[in-house]
Amino acid sequence: MATDILFYVLAALTLIFGALVVANPFSRNPVTSAMFLVLTIISMAGLFVLLHAFFLAAVQVLVYAGAVMVLFLFVIMLLDLKEEERRKIKLTGLVAGVVSVGAIVAIFVRSLLATKPSENLPAPTAVGDTATLGKMLFTNYLLPFEIVSILLLVAMVGVILLSKKDLK
Amino acid sequence: MADGRWGCALGAFPHLPFPISYLLYKKMNVGLEHYLVVSALLFALGLLGVITRRNLLVMYMSLELMLNSANLALVSFSRFNDNLNGQVMVFFIITVAAAEVAVGLALIVALYRKRQSAHVEDLTSMKL
Repeated sequence: MATDILFYVLAALTLIFGALVVANPFSRNPVTSAMFLVLTIISMAGLFVLLHAFFLAAVQVLVYAGAVMVLFLFVIMLLDLKEEERRKIKLTGLVAGVVSVGAIVAIFVRSLLATKPSENLPAPTAVGDTATLGKMLFTNYLLPFEIVSILLLVAMVGVILLSKKDLK
Repeated sequence: MADGRWGCALGAFPHLPFPISYLLYKKMNVGLEHYLVVSALLFALGLLGVITRRNLLVMYMSLELMLNSANLALVSFSRFNDNLNGQVMVFFIITVAAAEVAVGLALIVALYRKRQSAHVEDLTSMKL
């Protein structure tokens, strides 16, 4: 089926771009990482579309690929970071990283093996379009919605305070 | 492998390595597990980045990667359980993540002004 092929393509793109964010063999520049993070997020929005989460796909592109990544790039340019000089990677750090990531992956694999196959589930019908999600946001989730708006205000005030020249 | 599913997958395609034989056994029908595998791998990648990279900004980007993988898992669970509450949850996560990124980056800028470095190993003043 076309959607299955599309899933494999998008999943492969997401994982490849994600790997390039973390460990790019050609460049240690943070700007490169940021650009690959944008690509990761956009291919993940494609996965959201495959999951019929249309509203979230749009929000993902608007908020993450738009606002958040612009913020990242802005800070990278502001700090004027040079190409990260090759410091010697500490062996302990590398070993700790590989061991902990291996442990996490082992836990995921074990738990996936322990689940029952989902073949006999009914075909999913939930569609996350804007109308449905908007109705839910303004009825069941009205209080969290308002709290989140206050949270955004608090974050804005905090950022302004933090980025003042003389912190008191 | 004790699980019957895996034994069946191995038996059906004995000449192929087991992830591929498993995929073929599932007839490549994309289900919940496939999305969860992508999410888990993405999470592992982000964790690897946070632990091994030493640049504060790149570590922060890896953190975003981990957050996104959790979002992917939530959306796929929401889709395959026919329950839209998960997607509302993801909406809130995205909003909070945006606020968190703004505050975190402001902290990094403030730190950079004081120390002239965005490298984790240069920020050791709290080390004993």
